[in-house]
Amino acid sequence: MAPAHSTDSRVSAGIVALAAIALLIGGAFAGLLFEGVHDFSGAWAAFDPYLLRVIRFTLWQAALSTLLSVAPALFVARALSRHPRFFGRAFILQLFAVPLALPAIVAALGILALYGRAGYFAGVLAVIGGGSWPGIYGLSGILVAHVFFNLPLATRLFLEALQTIPSDQWRLASQLGMAARPAFRLIEWPTLRAALPGVAGLVFMLCITSFTIVLILGGGPAATTLEVGIYQALRFDFDPARAVTLTLLQIALTFIVVLALTRLGANVVGDTNLPVAQRRYLSVNRSETWLNAMLIALALLFVVAPMAATVMAGLGADLGRLAGEATVRQATLTSVVLAFLSALLSVTLSLALTMARRALALNRRAGRKTMLEHATDTGAGFVLVVPPIVVGAGWFLLLRHVGDVFAIAPVMVVTVNAVMAMPFALRAVRPAYDAASERHERLCAQLGIAGWNRLMLVDWPSLRRPLATAFAFAMALSLGDLGVIALFGSDSVQTLPYLLLARMGSYRTEDAAGLALLLGLVCLALIVAAHWLGREKVRDA
Amino acid sequence: MRDGAASRLEKGAPVRLDKVSFSYGEAPLVFDVEFATAKITAIMGPSGSGKSTLLNLVAGFETPQSGRVLIGGVDVSAEPPSVRPVSMVFQENNLFAHLSVEQNVGLGRSPSLRLTEADHAAIAEALARTGLAGKERRLPRELSGGERQRVALARVLVRNRPVLLLDEPFASLGPALRDDMLDLVAAVHAERGMTVLFVTHQPEDARRIGEHIVFLDNGLVAATGKADDFFTGAGPEAFRRYIGASAGHAVSRDVARKRT
Repeated sequence: MAPAHSTDSRVSAGIVALAAIALLIGGAFAGLLFEGVHDFSGAWAAFDPYLLRVIRFTLWQAALSTLLSVAPALFVARALSRHPRFFGRAFILQLFAVPLALPAIVAALGILALYGRAGYFAGVLAVIGGGSWPGIYGLSGILVAHVFFNLPLATRLFLEALQTIPSDQWRLASQLGMAARPAFRLIEWPTLRAALPGVAGLVFMLCITSFTIVLILGGGPAATTLEVGIYQALRFDFDPARAVTLTLLQIALTFIVVLALTRLGANVVGDTNLPVAQRRYLSVNRSETWLNAMLIALALLFVVAPMAATVMAGLGADLGRLAGEATVRQATLTSVVLAFLSALLSVTLSLALTMARRALALNRRAGRKTMLEHATDTGAGFVLVVPPIVVGAGWFLLLRHVGDVFAIAPVMVVTVNAVMAMPFALRAVRPAYDAASERHERLCAQLGIAGWNRLMLVDWPSLRRPLATAFAFAMALSLGDLGVIALFGSDSVQTLPYLLLARMGSYRTEDAAGLALLLGLVCLALIVAAHWLGREKVRDA
Repeated sequence: MRDGAASRLEKGAPVRLDKVSFSYGEAPLVFDVEFATAKITAIMGPSGSGKSTLLNLVAGFETPQSGRVLIGGVDVSAEPPSVRPVSMVFQENNLFAHLSVEQNVGLGRSPSLRLTEADHAAIAEALARTGLAGKERRLPRELSGGERQRVALARVLVRNRPVLLLDEPFASLGPALRDDMLDLVAAVHAERGMTVLFVTHQPEDARRIGEHIVFLDNGLVAATGKADDFFTGAGPEAFRRYIGASAGHAVSRDVARKRT
């Protein structure tokens, strides 16, 4: 028998996973650098007034989106925390988790169905605006969509922060007869202020790298961001030099933001878990209750309306004909297969990194962390620095010298989405694995249970559920992605989001609405499954 | 693995720590001690004196910074835990929560749970021996705390290694249950004659089944000797201070002690 330590295979698995990720990211950078060096003057020439306008717009829309998402979220979160128990509270929080997994393209369509030129609200808006309603394209559309995604996220994060306030403080406050205003100033605001930079930074980062929303709702060169610029440079203008410049700028920008974020101690990954309300000693007077109810209702309306519009518009489509269409069936099948593979890869990579990290931490004991351990630990979170479009663009540039770029589409979709979903998968898997390891580590070492035996006999049973959660979440993310497929998609390889985009492009709005409903429902089902699997725990001895 | 060093040593094997030093980054622990072969030795000492660390060094969960761990005369310092001729029972987490009693015991025979007819027979016998017959298919959560530790002991039986390490395995059980378990350990020991190292906080435990005592203090072996001598007042000063003045001679050891 092999006298090797039981930890070795886990560390090797982590190294393989890291190498795969490094290959994916490194290949993209190689493509960019090669192209940049190849055509340096072209890349340099791309710095023109138009580019500067794109940069300015990228930052401006992100700043506005952040402000509009985070400021109201402070008050909505406070309202929710002031009322830890009311009918439908848990449901509202669950609804607020939906945008996290809803494909951006579905949300964008929902928003168009509401506020677009022919949207449900167009009549009302035309009356208010006096005359005709031009639709919501441009900055306003981008802002509405970003707030739709980030207001609920920020609310949940702030609520989590508020719930870290010890209940003793509330007991004390109510004993001292502290009214709402001083309680906010003395108890809630310090906590919120501490969470504010992290939350705002996260939202800013998400808005700076947002692609789909800007692509669909931007509506023209006046409202283009770096990411959409990269896409246009590659797919329409075919100007690789320009794409390189845009990509490098995008990387620099996200790098700066993430660096600032980690300084602020922010958590760069959202979470679908529900914060648990604790016992509170609160007395909220009647007028504040009304105010809070209004705030919550408004936020709820804002979040629910686009979802409802998606459903209504989708039901208005000729769903029967759509379901019968060969293209739709093919795209659905492609989407499901690619998303499945992507989720599988994502979960495998996450598990490998988790196991390696734990094994390294156990071997290290009191010493300093090695580079490898850092890489398996925080390194994985940094893949978020490199937006999918950037990775896609790098490989696109690299592969066009080699052969047919579009033939590689399935591989790119699977790998890039797998890596992008990894930070989320890690969050589901890592705590469960570490807790199981805490219980089983010495026992396994003592009984010589290692490698494959350990995976099947010990780890799999305790990780089944968190792995399924991670899988469902990763699959939903991958299913709804339009970033990579927008670059690599073609008539021969179409996913649902790509088909949706194509139908919109050819003004078949009804078809698009029907497809959006289908895509949204599948993603929602996956998220509900992820949530359900994550909640139910196996009882332990 | 069953054909390795472990089963060649039929009865208890001598365990010796040869100038073993170890540190968690604080003051180093230094152990230089030999344990009585095929006897039960109680390892006692105040919290933080290094009792569990000593067992972990013998089991292979910790690696000495210098010195050697010798079992049956062989230096095992560099060997991983599963290869050492040692079984260990911890205070908790001795069982996999998702595996049945039978499977948990079976892991002592094969870490991949590929069991032969002979293995199944040995498992059934061990379960009967530890009073668990009829509970083969239960999950750990369906057992009491005492029964779970019995499962761990059943696994010790099927592994059949010449050294048994007990790290306060009965500390969370009530007094009556603890006595039952100690008697079971004593009976198993009488049958198999392995070398037992038994970490405990309870002087009564040591008195009930311990033949020898190793007393640790401040990361050093402060005293060793026969349990009889320790409990009749002939023990070292530090030991008497540790167990308290009254416990030393209040009860005659013939009343409390069960002959093994």
